[in-house]
Amino acid sequence: MTRVRRQNDRAFDRTVNAFLIAVLLATLTPLVYVVSVSLTPLGQTTSLLPRAVSFNAYEELLRQPALIRALGNSVFLTLSGVLISMILTVCTAYPLSRPDLPGRKFLTGVILFTFLFSAGLIPLYLVIRDLHLLNTYWALLLHGAVSVYNLLVMKNFFQNLPESLEEAAKIDGASDLQVLWHIVLPLSKPILLTIGLFYAVTQWNSFFEPVLYLSDARMMPLPVVLRDILTGLNSAEYIESAATTTAPPDGLKMAAVVLTTIPMLLVYPWIQRYFTSGTLSGGVKG
Amino acid sequence: MTNVIRSAPPAARRSPRQRLLARLWRHRGLYLMLLPGLLWFALFRYWPLWNAQIAFKDFQPVQGVLHSPWVGLEHFQAFFSSFYFSQLMTNTLVISFAKLLIGLPPAIILALAIHESSRRGLARVTQTVTYLPHFLSWVIVFGILLAMLSPGSGLLNKGLVAAGGDPVSFLTDPGAFRAVVIFSDIWKETGWSAILFLAALIGISPSLYEAAEVDGATRWQRIRHISLPGMLDVIVLVTLLRLGHILDAGFYQIYVLYSLPVYSVADVIDTWVYRQGIQNFQFSLATAVGLFKGLIGLLMIVIANRVARRFAGQGLY
Repeated sequence: MTRVRRQNDRAFDRTVNAFLIAVLLATLTPLVYVVSVSLTPLGQTTSLLPRAVSFNAYEELLRQPALIRALGNSVFLTLSGVLISMILTVCTAYPLSRPDLPGRKFLTGVILFTFLFSAGLIPLYLVIRDLHLLNTYWALLLHGAVSVYNLLVMKNFFQNLPESLEEAAKIDGASDLQVLWHIVLPLSKPILLTIGLFYAVTQWNSFFEPVLYLSDARMMPLPVVLRDILTGLNSAEYIESAATTTAPPDGLKMAAVVLTTIPMLLVYPWIQRYFTSGTLSGGVKG
Repeated sequence: MTNVIRSAPPAARRSPRQRLLARLWRHRGLYLMLLPGLLWFALFRYWPLWNAQIAFKDFQPVQGVLHSPWVGLEHFQAFFSSFYFSQLMTNTLVISFAKLLIGLPPAIILALAIHESSRRGLARVTQTVTYLPHFLSWVIVFGILLAMLSPGSGLLNKGLVAAGGDPVSFLTDPGAFRAVVIFSDIWKETGWSAILFLAALIGISPSLYEAAEVDGATRWQRIRHISLPGMLDVIVLVTLLRLGHILDAGFYQIYVLYSLPVYSVADVIDTWVYRQGIQNFQFSLATAVGLFKGLIGLLMIVIANRVARRFAGQGLY
């Protein structure tokens, strides 16, 4: 190796690492600043890192019954949403993954078509209305309960499991449901966890559908309340009058952002651990 | 018919129909399992397609979907000839294409940098941190943008003022709003998009790099002649997939970020459909526009799939 080349390679290496650090800072700076604003005491100007720290904004927020109720609503919606979505997805993906099931291709096509073509928002809204699901949690739990993408990823995963195990169980007289429950699902833990987390994240983050389908303010989940706090809309409902406030308005807003983000950060390491590029890329094919 | 009845076949040689019935019966457990899912698709995906007929009707809630009077293509004509048609299409396409053209290169570069870095720890941390924002709700990103961009206390505006400039109300300034949409999308999604490219890079055989090193190739040359060609298929596939969704400019994002002062540059097909349909009760007109968007989307994705099969050797679906 020539010396010039080695020097060039070293310069290249430094450039690459400097670039990665720059990207890291660009991603983290906004998040750090949000936390900093949420901790800045009343009457002080904000900066990237706080000069003094006060948890008043968090105390103030956690004292608001409306916010606690919204948190409860979100937890309930996320848990029941994941349960419904997983049951529907597994029970659809497994039969369609059996190569000898008559009509498998046709049914997969019927499902795939809904992935490629949609008539938009209004026709679905009319369905929810005609089923009398408006202003019920069923609307939020059901309108997008199955993601075709997740369904196809799971179907592909089931298809790639070794056939012999299931055949052996079948010969022993196990029913389809028994094979699914006792053999296929235990082998599919990583994919079940990944897809379950994807459903959970979608439900936890959803803010448009609650606004669309619900009218009762008491039923709204956390992101809707967060948006109202951020825009100052109906915020009197969530935060008591400014006279009693011990934290700056911006601090309250950013504390609400942080509180909504924390549960996401708690599950993120698990998403991370089970997320492998192989499980999800190429899932649409086949 | 008589023939079939006369010679009732032995169990082993049944007619094709009987064999099919026997196969269906044997799989009855699986069909039973499919039932809830298929019912869901019927109710929440195919019933809406049936309801889409109101695009050709003058939908009256009292009369319902079926009994509202037909009006042919009236709503489509009203949409195509209205002044907002060109504005909606322009906004949708400009935002979509900008996200694709400005957003894709950073993802490719990030994947290359993560792949090339000699510091594996740094590379891993960068990867983990950059795809975290993908999992944040757009409402949370809205809060982050307020912190960064608000004219009074926003970090970016503080920087602008410190540099001697004037503060900009990015979120309500029509001249700045699209940039906010595009760059917040880049901040949120670049790490996530990089994953696919990184997977392609990991799939490249190490022997190619070793051979290049023996031949005296520099790191740049290795990227140009091995890494980039190795990612090309994935780049083509991702681009085509994005083109298939070119009329989805990012509804959730724009819905939460936009406001009246920036409608002229921010209003896209989906946000307009929502306002006309749900807020102004123009169900038929909004459905017609939604249907138009759905049909263009279907057309684009079918074409993209054809192109992908030809150039990348594999289809999108």
